[in-house]
Amino acid sequence: MKKNKHLDVLENEAIHIFREAEEQSDNPVMLYSIGKDSSVLLHLALKAFYPALPPFPMLHVDTTWKFKGMIAFRDAKAKECGVELVVHVNQEGVDQNIGPITHGSEVHTDIMKTQGLKQALDKYGYDLAFGGARRDEEKSRAKERVFSFRDKKHGWDPKNQRPEPWSLYNTRKNKGESVRVFPMSNWTELNVWEYIEREKIDIVPLYLAKERPVVEREGMLLMVDDERLDIQDNETVEVKKVRFRTLGCYPLTGAVESDATDVESILSEIRTSKTSERSGRAIDKDSNASMEKKKREGYF
Amino acid sequence: MQDILRFITCGSVDDGKSTLIGRMLYDRKMIFDDQVAELEVSSKKFGTTGENIDFALLVDGLAAEREQGITIDVAYRYFNTEKRKFIVADTPGHIQYTRNMATAASTADLAVILVDARQGILSQTKRHSYVVSMLGVKNVIIAINKMDLVDYSKDAFSKICEDYAKFSNALNFSTIEVVPVSALNGDNICSASSHMSWYKGESLLGYLETAEISTGEQKKQAFRMPVQMVSRPNLDFRGFAGTISSGDVAVGQNIVALPSGKASKIKSIVTYKNELQSASSGQAVTLTLEDEIDISRGDLISCEEDQCSIADLFRTKILWMSEQKMIAGRQYLFKSAVSEQVCTLEKPKYLIDIENLQHIAADNLNLNDIGVCELHLNHKCAYERYENNRNLGSFILIDRHTNQTVGMGMIEHSMRRSLNVQEQYISITRNQRSEQKSQTPCVVWMTGLSGAGKSTIADTLEQRLFGDDYHTIILDGDNVRHGLNKDLGFTEQDRAENIRRISEVSKLMMDAGLIVIVSFISPFRSERELAKDIIGQDSFIEVYIDTPLELAEERDVKGLYKKARAGEIPNFTGIGSPYENPENPDVRIQTATCNPDTAAGIILKYMRENKFTVR
Repeated sequence: MKKNKHLDVLENEAIHIFREAEEQSDNPVMLYSIGKDSSVLLHLALKAFYPALPPFPMLHVDTTWKFKGMIAFRDAKAKECGVELVVHVNQEGVDQNIGPITHGSEVHTDIMKTQGLKQALDKYGYDLAFGGARRDEEKSRAKERVFSFRDKKHGWDPKNQRPEPWSLYNTRKNKGESVRVFPMSNWTELNVWEYIEREKIDIVPLYLAKERPVVEREGMLLMVDDERLDIQDNETVEVKKVRFRTLGCYPLTGAVESDATDVESILSEIRTSKTSERSGRAIDKDSNASMEKKKREGYF
Repeated sequence: MQDILRFITCGSVDDGKSTLIGRMLYDRKMIFDDQVAELEVSSKKFGTTGENIDFALLVDGLAAEREQGITIDVAYRYFNTEKRKFIVADTPGHIQYTRNMATAASTADLAVILVDARQGILSQTKRHSYVVSMLGVKNVIIAINKMDLVDYSKDAFSKICEDYAKFSNALNFSTIEVVPVSALNGDNICSASSHMSWYKGESLLGYLETAEISTGEQKKQAFRMPVQMVSRPNLDFRGFAGTISSGDVAVGQNIVALPSGKASKIKSIVTYKNELQSASSGQAVTLTLEDEIDISRGDLISCEEDQCSIADLFRTKILWMSEQKMIAGRQYLFKSAVSEQVCTLEKPKYLIDIENLQHIAADNLNLNDIGVCELHLNHKCAYERYENNRNLGSFILIDRHTNQTVGMGMIEHSMRRSLNVQEQYISITRNQRSEQKSQTPCVVWMTGLSGAGKSTIADTLEQRLFGDDYHTIILDGDNVRHGLNKDLGFTEQDRAENIRRISEVSKLMMDAGLIVIVSFISPFRSERELAKDIIGQDSFIEVYIDTPLELAEERDVKGLYKKARAGEIPNFTGIGSPYENPENPDVRIQTATCNPDTAAGIILKYMRENKFTVR
């Protein structure tokens, strides 16, 4: 307990936020993206409401391009913890055959992820969505409040955020507004891994190094997760010992070569790392201040 | 064991706050390679430092910030050294963003206040110092920046030290360290500078690594926990979840629930798959009790000895955070760690003049004003003085219509009035008085533009009720202003007081058993809601006399519109001041299409259907 005092501080803060938000929402949901942050978020939700189960479902917006290993983990985890799982796919996008390889990361992410999320929130009428985003992930996130309001069209107005002094959160919504709540705002990537180690939280095995078939494309190592990757003549599939620092759509997520086969060695790898976890993500590099732009348009 | 130090950087615009943080992260290699590469690209595009890297771009992440080269909102950054972990909030220097700066300061353990060596102490330096001190931050580091631009002069440094010492005497800091730095060149940021051998103190980072984190105050205190939610997963379990505000709690300890004062004993302290024997300040837990006592969200569990105080009238210090000025007498939502309820604020006792810390008289609070006000709650709630407990002594104020957070405040102390003025017991009740008259007392509240026809309809309605042997009274806006309220004008504040008095009088008359007909322009929704709250929702009938402005102006029975159009009556409703339509009135009368008799008939029908009258 004493050893990781800062983790206790972060955990207590997250539990407080979960309880405060849930009490003041009519129809909350928890965004679940299957990644390590979602795993921690789910663990914190279980703690916050224990001995009851979290009084909300978890929502996964499936772009149909996730790693197979993620989907298997998701289904097993939902079954084990007993929290209802809602999966939403943007059917219009599927009908138009939208994909990251044919349409590029920007179009794919917008239609399958951003539009898909908006559809799901509107369809089920969720007025509050918990998310695992952290302020250390990216520059515009660093500016976002714990309770972040979205207008009718789910857009974010960064210049007009509510002041949030102490731990007093104004949770009142105007008509048509919805709220994103980020209990892990003050966590860093390192904190997440320290917490996973301390609490022995299950994570998708893709985070751990293993021999996997990969191909190098535009400076990123992509894993050949299924035949849709469409290997070109000038590309060669190699088997390398790799792992992923973040997980998303497999053609947009770069692997890193690594020997870290357990959480402990991941921790020592991160402590000496020279690149940020998002460096493996195509989505952040689309344009300058790209994340802020996406969020103004309704990205989570 | 590593602890976390939360600190902010603040000070005037262009003192180099963002650059300082950027430099610190860069020098300590706490920025990843891909971020440095991106920074180099951005510096070329947006940079304000010529060929050099613009470190401010590391933290100014919003598009508008990069374009304008300023900081708008707080950026949080996280880093650690061998000694401890840090959460740093980089706050904006512009006066219009003081609310964002105060948000960050409210959770800080320490503040780094920057001063431009060429400029010396500016009014924003003073403002930020005051806000930091007011919010209870005890340790500050004054970083005198841009020393390179004054040739690393010891005299320039000493002069600023003296000036700051004079000003800060009146503030409540326990330690003040002063460091001469150049954020741009990295002097005295992470290590000693070779340019200033005359300086013998620590580097900025050196001070940050060793500063004391003052959380001790809350540990020594008695046990308090606001109840966030009641956990009832099944019939056998009833737990009260919350985060402990202060003190320790143990199984078997005697407690009381406040404000009810009901006592019990701690049966168990539940956390995830684990029961604890004791828990302390800062922990989020779920408590179960030996007895079935009524506790809900908004209550406080306190140790039995050294109980938490409760009150409903406080002296508070408020930082106003909205472009809409504070209106004394208007209702706002009060949210503290314990309670969320309606409150009203009195006219400020005084504002604080940041330049010289003098008190100045004022009628209201404008954006970024700091003032001392009395605050009334509708119901008593548990509290602590802010200086003793940040958690239970702080609150925010929310506008009931826009839902915006408009103010943040601190409880200085409760006021005696709430303890000494107790309600006198009276034997004959309102029910008995109304039974004697065989009627249900209520208030028919008519709102609408001047000249809408309120008084005429009120008069007709009263004649009809009187004819049916009901006991009634009319309170007419104009008449009341000749007598009871003749000291009030037409500012927003006076209008609020006007409504408060008329509502209290209506309530007294209801207690007397009467049916009260109020005919009052009452143009603001918040004031009508105040009336409804005072009178009681069940006894309040809101009647909207809906007359288009053009029609009322055309009638102009009293010739007031003409005068208002000529500019002779400022704040005249519909001309110089808005009328806010009721969104869901109980009765709506459109006078364009009906005469006073029909109108009275519609109201009587509503009263009959809702069992206010029987005849």
